[in-house]
Amino acid sequence: MNNLLIPNPKEAESIHIIREVAAQFERPVLLFSGGKDSITLVRLAQKAFYPAKIPFPLLHVDTGHNFPETIEFRDKLVEELGLELIVRNVQDSIDQGKVREERGRYSSRNSLQTTTLLDAIEEFKFDACIGGARRDEEKARAKERVFSVRDDFGQWDEKNQRPELFDMLNGKIHNGQNVRCFPISNWTELDVWEYIKTENIEIPSIYFAHEREVFFRDGMIWTANEHVFREAHEEVEVRMVRFRTVGDMTCTAAVLSEAVSLEDVVGEIRLSTISERGARIDDKRSEAAMETRKKVGYF
Amino acid sequence: MSENRKLIKIATAGSVDDGKSTLIGRLLYDTKSLTTDKIEAIERSSKQRGYDYLDFSLATDGLVAEREQGITIDVAHIYFNTAKTNFIVADTPGHVEYTRNMVTGASTSQVAIILIDARKGVIEQTYRHFFIANLLRISHVVVAINKMDLVDYDEEVYLKIKADFDALVAKSDFSEDQITFIPVSALKGENIARKSEEMPWYVGNTLLDHLEVLEPSDLEPSSVARFPVQYVIRPKTEAWHDFRGFSGMLYGGNLKVGDEVTLLPSLNTSKIKSIHYFDQEVQEASAGSSIAITLETEVDLSRGDMLVKSGELPASEKQISATICQVNNKALTVGKKYILQHGVNRVLAKVDQIESRIHTDFTGAEDAHSLKLNDIGRVHFRLSKPIHFDPYKTNKSNGSFILIDEAEYDTVSVGFIE
Repeated sequence: MNNLLIPNPKEAESIHIIREVAAQFERPVLLFSGGKDSITLVRLAQKAFYPAKIPFPLLHVDTGHNFPETIEFRDKLVEELGLELIVRNVQDSIDQGKVREERGRYSSRNSLQTTTLLDAIEEFKFDACIGGARRDEEKARAKERVFSVRDDFGQWDEKNQRPELFDMLNGKIHNGQNVRCFPISNWTELDVWEYIKTENIEIPSIYFAHEREVFFRDGMIWTANEHVFREAHEEVEVRMVRFRTVGDMTCTAAVLSEAVSLEDVVGEIRLSTISERGARIDDKRSEAAMETRKKVGYF
Repeated sequence: MSENRKLIKIATAGSVDDGKSTLIGRLLYDTKSLTTDKIEAIERSSKQRGYDYLDFSLATDGLVAEREQGITIDVAHIYFNTAKTNFIVADTPGHVEYTRNMVTGASTSQVAIILIDARKGVIEQTYRHFFIANLLRISHVVVAINKMDLVDYDEEVYLKIKADFDALVAKSDFSEDQITFIPVSALKGENIARKSEEMPWYVGNTLLDHLEVLEPSDLEPSSVARFPVQYVIRPKTEAWHDFRGFSGMLYGGNLKVGDEVTLLPSLNTSKIKSIHYFDQEVQEASAGSSIAITLETEVDLSRGDMLVKSGELPASEKQISATICQVNNKALTVGKKYILQHGVNRVLAKVDQIESRIHTDFTGAEDAHSLKLNDIGRVHFRLSKPIHFDPYKTNKSNGSFILIDEAEYDTVSVGFIE
């Protein structure tokens, strides 16, 4: 038995937030992408309710363009922890004619996820969606609340947010509204990596350096495969790369890396001079890209 | 995570043109927390606007509306670290109408940086910012006298502002050792991370050095253990058949296995049987831990109740007096009912009397019938059930509450119990 528990303040805060979600809402769900942030959330949720199981399901909005490694990892994690997993597919939203597939050079299903997510929220009557967004990721996110109230259309009204005082969370909502909950709001990318290392949390293999067929465009490294639009002159080559953030293949760029262990990765992040979202093609579209997407219900 | 780094939480306050965003941008730049893509974005934007310098304020001004207006409109959280310390900065805007935001930002901070434009000196805004730091009992205040480059780095200017500010300190609850003055130029980087050669007369630390020597333990006043029950964990599995864990965060003090505890509101007593942190059992937990506790006896204890050490009982009252800051457009009026959230506990509250509106410049108070957005006042409430509190002066987390509008569910006020 350990003698004295000295808390890690960021972890303790996150556990507090997750317990508030479970206590204040009827039907919470954890938005799971298979990325390191949502994997960290799962660990924190385990800690919040141990020895009981996590009292809410995981929802994965699958663009159909995920890295296969991520999907394998997801299924293994769910199995091992005995979690309930709900998967909803962007392809279905396309087939139902609710959204239209983008075409051309920068086409991606990333922004199409919003419709599928909002439909799933309605289908399951989720009143709280727990997400792994962090305020250090992007400047519109820096102003996001821990409990962020969305209207029936999933919209974020940045000028009309509830102030959050001390650690008191107000999750009271009307029918039809839902709340996006961000337990690791105050973590940085380095915090997440150091936590994964300290806790020895398993993560998908694509976070570590591996050989991959890629091509270079606009100074970024793109995955070469059938889901990613590529011009004839854009040549495919095999390089040692890894991913710093794991989204859809069409919007996640790789970085050249030799980091094969968590230790290497943490070391690389410490020295890194490019921000994590700098490898997100979706944010490069305009200076206000994230804010615009958030307003229409993007997570 | 951040195994060897301490965590320091800072709120910044300044008027629109005091260069607050520039100061934060400069801190980020000097601690190499700005990545190349962000620096490139700043270079691009600065050039587009025709500036011949890097506009670091662009590093923090987030939303489209405020980029257009060139002002900060909400609390933004910014993160940076040095080898020894993790910093969280709540960047709060300094408009007249935005008292709300500074109260919000300051509520989660241990340190406040108050910016003063060296050309303007101590102005009405400074009074207000310092008043809020005082009201929220911020542990340490750094007065950054900025734009020293525009007053020829003149020591006289610095001394005059310091003397004016000291007069304010005398009216507050702060002691002198809680206040530190630093002359800086955020734009030029003087005394931010680099000791200024322009101001040899200043012998103190740079801003960053000063923030780094602060110790979290000195910034958190010690208080007795308060354990509000957040969520009851009942696994109902074979292995954990009879397990009933009362989970929550421990505020203040510590709790040990074997401690005699009193449960509120029932006033039943029991003993701590075990303390759980995930799959570990610990003998003792210190303040700030998110844990689950089991008790020796079967007791009635649910969310919103509180567990304390026997002999360290808080006050339990149905009538409370508090200083209120109104954080919503809807005014607080006599007779109005609210949902009062004290920690994780909710009761109904009715405004019995509004005693006064307090001037935020240390000049006393006046009679008031309502409190509007950004007003601060003294209010008496009647509650549907007693709450178990400590005065805010002795215990921040157990001495504060929020009021939630009964119809709209917005957070409309924050209260500091007397």
